[in-house]
Amino acid sequence: MSEEIAHPAARPLSAGRTAGFLARQWPWLVALAVAVLVPYLSYDWATGRHSGFMVSMLSQMGIMIIFALSYNMQMGQTGLLSFGHAVFLGLGGYVTAHALNAVKAGSFWLPLEITPLAGGLGGLVFAILFGYFATKQRATAFAMITLGIGELVTACALMFQTFFGGEGGVSTNRMIGHSLFGLSYAQPLQVYYLIVAWTAIAVALMLLLTRTPLGRMANACRDNFERAQFVGYDPRMVRFVQFSLSGFFAGIAGALYTLTYEIVTYDTVGGGMSANALLMTYIGGVGAFAGPVIGAVLIVLLQSWVSLLSNSWLVYAGVLFILMVTFAPGGIAGIVMMHQPIWRAGRLGRLAAPYARLVLPTLLAAVGFVLAIELCSFLTIGAAQGKSLTLSGVTVNPRSGTPWIAAVVLLGVGGLWMRVEMRRIGTAWDAVTEEIKAMGGRA
Amino acid sequence: MEVLLVSLLNGLVYGMLLFMLASGLTLIFSMMGVLNFAHASMYMLGAYFAFSVSRLVGFWPALVLAPAICGLMGALIEMYALRRVHKNGHIAELLFTFGLAFIIEKGVQMAWGLLPVPYRVPPVLDHPLFQIYGSNFHAYRGFMLLISALMFVAIWLLLTRTRIGLVIQAALTHPEMVGALGHNVPRVFTIVFAGGSALAGLAGVIGGNYLVTEPSMAITMGPIVFVVVVFGGLGSLAGCFIASLIMGLVQTYAVVLDVSFADLLGRLGLPVTSATPLAEFLTIPLPRVGALLPYLMLILVLLVKPRGLMGTRDT
Amino acid sequence: MSAGGPGLRLIDVHKSFGPTPVIMGVSLDVTPGTRHAIIGPNGAGKTTLFNLISGRFPVSSGTIELGGRRIDGLAPHEINRRGLSRSFQVTSIFARMTVFENIRCGLLWSRGYRYSFWHLLGGERALNEAAARLLADFNLESRRDVPAGLLSYAEQRALEIGITIAGGADTILLDEPTAGMSRSEADHAVALIRRVTAGKTLVMVEHDMSVVFDVADVVTVLVYGQVIASGPPAEIRGSRAVQEAYLGVPAAGVGA
Repeated sequence: MSEEIAHPAARPLSAGRTAGFLARQWPWLVALAVAVLVPYLSYDWATGRHSGFMVSMLSQMGIMIIFALSYNMQMGQTGLLSFGHAVFLGLGGYVTAHALNAVKAGSFWLPLEITPLAGGLGGLVFAILFGYFATKQRATAFAMITLGIGELVTACALMFQTFFGGEGGVSTNRMIGHSLFGLSYAQPLQVYYLIVAWTAIAVALMLLLTRTPLGRMANACRDNFERAQFVGYDPRMVRFVQFSLSGFFAGIAGALYTLTYEIVTYDTVGGGMSANALLMTYIGGVGAFAGPVIGAVLIVLLQSWVSLLSNSWLVYAGVLFILMVTFAPGGIAGIVMMHQPIWRAGRLGRLAAPYARLVLPTLLAAVGFVLAIELCSFLTIGAAQGKSLTLSGVTVNPRSGTPWIAAVVLLGVGGLWMRVEMRRIGTAWDAVTEEIKAMGGRA
Repeated sequence: MEVLLVSLLNGLVYGMLLFMLASGLTLIFSMMGVLNFAHASMYMLGAYFAFSVSRLVGFWPALVLAPAICGLMGALIEMYALRRVHKNGHIAELLFTFGLAFIIEKGVQMAWGLLPVPYRVPPVLDHPLFQIYGSNFHAYRGFMLLISALMFVAIWLLLTRTRIGLVIQAALTHPEMVGALGHNVPRVFTIVFAGGSALAGLAGVIGGNYLVTEPSMAITMGPIVFVVVVFGGLGSLAGCFIASLIMGLVQTYAVVLDVSFADLLGRLGLPVTSATPLAEFLTIPLPRVGALLPYLMLILVLLVKPRGLMGTRDT
Repeated sequence: MSAGGPGLRLIDVHKSFGPTPVIMGVSLDVTPGTRHAIIGPNGAGKTTLFNLISGRFPVSSGTIELGGRRIDGLAPHEINRRGLSRSFQVTSIFARMTVFENIRCGLLWSRGYRYSFWHLLGGERALNEAAARLLADFNLESRRDVPAGLLSYAEQRALEIGITIAGGADTILLDEPTAGMSRSEADHAVALIRRVTAGKTLVMVEHDMSVVFDVADVVTVLVYGQVIASGPPAEIRGSRAVQEAYLGVPAAGVGA
């Protein structure tokens, strides 16, 4: 191979370039492979059927990944806190439902694979409409306006029949008979792979967007509103465009929602769904692009599995959220990134032992907490529903004192022990960072 | 006509209740810059605590105990949690109170159940006070007016006649300056937060049995109180008072006046039929839209006059 | 590059915050291509004057013109697009973005990218080369991928100036560019400023007299919101009024 090295951009696409691309993007490719293969983990080879639960949960994950990433376009990248993002998911969903029904009725031709674009356009249009007013405001006023818009749209969705179908929502059927690949999409698995494809596209587009002038200036406006003005940009315009594009992607998520569940109702635009976006994005971490992905996967996991076992999964999500806000505002991704310099310096092993000692007390405290919550819940809500609390076959009576005492003891002991171990971790952390700084000075 | 007059009285009662809630929130928001999503949760907790306490020892002790518990909770939250979160930034504070409201709602559901609880007006006040145009004016409403008026006077005296009150007034509009002058601003913050929470709790005590006591009362009341605070303007208690009364009247009249856009257009000679575009929207009667009005007003105020009626600071 | 013609002009500008007058009838005529320093005791209103020129606050009365056209009342980004750029007294950079990104952001608008979400910045060769050149100019190449918030103070000040001039503005406002610097750092900064503002119009607020007399062609003295003297450095140095304003007592000469 000739060694002429012209300007980097002038070098033709060679094996070197491809290798560079793989080296940087391999986590995404691995994730894609996992997404494609994971339904087969729960595949029943005897009957040849996939686990409905698994496929449903995975589909939900795909939708929420797009939704959370679109939310982070506002929150983490532009510094906009919105309490009404679900509006664009829901409206995109409603538009898609109507589009599907129209196609079914023969009004026009649209292959199913392209329908998410219809949702995206719906989200975009409404984001432009609402965003024009909302982005003129500063931080707190923006948050309140989005809250107001969210509630207004929810109320409209309940009241009006023509577009929203009132309380019953809009039902549709995804088997419209048009497909680019000749698929009928009768099976949920086919819909799942469509979701995987669209998630990959949306993730790629949103990632590329962060590397455009708009994406960079959005970060700049977040960091320093005034400075952005003095490099020639109108920060309001930057926010407006970014807000609108984020509505586009939320609309795509909404369209996929419609395709999966074949019905859209008022709760897709409601405060609960918006809070979901906030929860997923924040817990995952707003500072890294992949943060919301982590958060979405985690929250859907929690929702799907914990809600099988307990009514109170929202309580756990809420407590996790508050703990994050108070102690780890960077989310899970933030915690990971904090460890990066230590990992690079090869000193991560030094923290292994202190972290390992944290496992048992955390487990104790968690068990105690969960026990307390479940006892509470079964005392009132469960009793009204005639359910009783069973732990591995043993019925626990919320009315007797023993379980309560056990819960408090576990929580107390676990909590105090956690504090001790956290302090040890802090000391170890400081020691390691000092070492690294000293290394850096010498080098 | 009678309906309008009766509604005027009802609207005033409701408005005073709103003021009890909104005054605490405007103090907290103006001074600390924290939009306290959990404020309406204190209202809810006040009602629920009063319910439980009054089942044990009666309504009158509950009137004192429940707000006290709320105030204590507010103090603890401010001292041990909010201060910690404060250094993570404004958005983190907002999110914290948001999460707190969420958890309090779930907590209430778990402690008292999902359905409304039978928190009733005490029997001694459960009779009509006088009649006006054939409608009864309930004694409890008079009681509510009395309590809110007393509380209003108490706040006014506290703010204008005591030293701490003057500091609070100053910190309302110039919090940093007050700190620079050497006042113990953190302690003032704790007092204001606790006081605001206690006020909200008191509003819950007297409002919970008048309206309804259920886990969703915080979410229903919350936005209304936000609108009042924004509408009245930051840094101004007088503006908050006027805004509360206006909101109380608007909400009361909205329920009572069974008209719609279509009616209005009809009077102007433009009949609306089912074939008219947006007919569904135009024929909605006002009472059904009643729940929407606070949000509409919130958006309108923020767009048109973000400083509110008498605000001295930007949101 | 403006050669001759009207530059930055302030005509009888007044500014009050509520009932408090801060700027009381300031008029200024900055000839294009010159270096103009504004000095004065603390609280004289120098930064307020900058804020008025750059559009952060509206004037209470009076007009501000740039190149013969009025700029008072315009939004800051509009003023910036007309060719006026400023730095800030308190370092104002994009703390969470890398040094390279900071400079590149300063270049974007002037290179016509606007609100594009279809250009991938990684492949924009001319843009990246220009940013790299600027970095080299400011001796920040070695800090290229460091988040700007982690730079040393002097490096941040240098970056601040870099972002300010990146867009190619003809009129540069620098607000206390050497504040908080050591002697050698300040000397470095001054040499840098001279080099990068060659041929442009520079208006500088400064407290360091040696810098002022070294760099400026014209010096204006602002005291309590009013101009008490304006002219070449030598004239200002010898002016009675200025000495009294600074020292309160007539002295033999104004020291550094």
